[in-house]
Amino acid sequence: MLPFVVLFLAFTAGPVLGSLGMSFTDIRQRDLRTPLSVNGVGFDNYVKALSDETFRRSALNTAYFVVVGVPLTLVLALAAAVLLDRGLKRFTAVFKVGYYLPVVTSIVAIAVIWRFVLAPDAGLLNTVLGWVGIDGPNWLASKTWAMPSLIVMAAWRNFGSAMIIFLAGLQGIPQSVEEAGQIDGAGPWQRFRYLILPLLRPTILFTSVVTGIGYLQFFEEPFVMTQGGPLNSTISVSMYTYQQFGFGNYGLATSMSYLLFVVIAVVTFIQFRVLREK
Amino acid sequence: MMRRTWWIYLIGVLGLIAVAAPFAWMFLGSFKTQGELLRVPPTWWPEAPTTQNYDDLFNKANFPRYFLNSTIVALAVTAGNLVFCSMIGYALAKLRFKGRNALFLLVMATLMVPGMVTFVPLFVLVTNAGLANSYPGLILPFLVSPFGVFLMRQFFSGLPDDLMDAGRVDGSSELGIFARIMLPLTRPALATLGILTFLGSWNNFLWPLVIAQTEDKYTLPVALALYSTGQNAQNFGLLMAGAVVVVIPVLVMFLAFQRHVTKGIAITGIK
Repeated sequence: MLPFVVLFLAFTAGPVLGSLGMSFTDIRQRDLRTPLSVNGVGFDNYVKALSDETFRRSALNTAYFVVVGVPLTLVLALAAAVLLDRGLKRFTAVFKVGYYLPVVTSIVAIAVIWRFVLAPDAGLLNTVLGWVGIDGPNWLASKTWAMPSLIVMAAWRNFGSAMIIFLAGLQGIPQSVEEAGQIDGAGPWQRFRYLILPLLRPTILFTSVVTGIGYLQFFEEPFVMTQGGPLNSTISVSMYTYQQFGFGNYGLATSMSYLLFVVIAVVTFIQFRVLREK
Repeated sequence: MMRRTWWIYLIGVLGLIAVAAPFAWMFLGSFKTQGELLRVPPTWWPEAPTTQNYDDLFNKANFPRYFLNSTIVALAVTAGNLVFCSMIGYALAKLRFKGRNALFLLVMATLMVPGMVTFVPLFVLVTNAGLANSYPGLILPFLVSPFGVFLMRQFFSGLPDDLMDAGRVDGSSELGIFARIMLPLTRPALATLGILTFLGSWNNFLWPLVIAQTEDKYTLPVALALYSTGQNAQNFGLLMAGAVVVVIPVLVMFLAFQRHVTKGIAITGIK
């Protein structure tokens, strides 16, 4: 029993504190061999990160990704869950498994596939758009369209996971609630808006927290599809942190990741405040 | 009434097509030649199906090696999680010891910490231990997961204490009670934990990307990502075939065990 606790502490809890410590030092790659040459530098790394143009850009991009991506994903997930719970009576298992498929597949493989789907001329999406007379842009090479493309892809990949949780939430609502609404003369939309949705509040809180935490760290999508471009329009905080790590600036990289951590904690806290049961 | 059902199914099927189309496109594309992949407008069915891309992947590129690496790492990580998470989960749920609540709180706290925060110090730790670019370096940090501990603890908590007392009366050792009486009862939870851990490890990207420094230690996602951004970025057929190789084992596994996956997510809410 004890060795496993040690293992856990060494590889999970330890690095959290280690990371905090490192963010206040000037540790770089070459210091791996000479740990004594590491000096404390106070808040220098944090100042440096916050005054870095690219870091601020990456923070804005991450905010964009989360603010648009999370609601889009949740709406898709909720729509799919309602469809499965109320609309489709047969083959529900097929639909459920189908919608869930992208969640279990490697994000790297998905990003590779979507690069082809979004290709300018030979791509699947622009071909389909061409059928209805729309001349689609070169999605990933456009400063305007690259980020929305990544967001739609992320929503496509992740909605299945929130859908399963919504489905469990919907099935927990007793039939009698809807019947009562029916007797009072409420239409389907009114029943959904004023009866079902308020009862789903805890589920919505939960899915928005989990999806939000995931999206705040988005990394693989720009790594594989755009390398942060064009002109840094899709670089994320995680990706920029990884780049600084790659340059050997470990102290700076950990301070950036800690800033991200603090933001995640604050956002989660706000979500709890806004969505908790009244 | 009939009319209503009809359009609901239409929406459902359109949704399925939107989800499945990129996968189908990838699969069919992996059998096309480079010339056909570049053609405008694109073709749906390959005109002259070829296995050239797979041939390149397995003979010129080192994909059998990456496949083997991914398999070794995923199996080891899964085995570790099944053993360690069930032990810690059992201890947290059923044994009384000092600091139990503190330990549980710690587990729950680390559940929230993003991987991005821990990877630099973890990298320093693993490098200083001389484990960079090795299988232990790829595997060790993932042998226990807070998610797994949480899942197993929840499941053990639901089992009655009487079973343990019965074991004690029969003269079983504490380890015997755990291994022979309690553990077999958690089979559904173990199945969920096993499949989710395997999928997570197979798809894991950031850590193998930084710790596997030479080509012979790459896992599949790392190799695919580096191929797609490196000198092979324009070799579309190869990339499509590579994506198929990464995705297919997971799809097969998921379809075989999907009940456990969706059940586990509904129970714990975390993937």
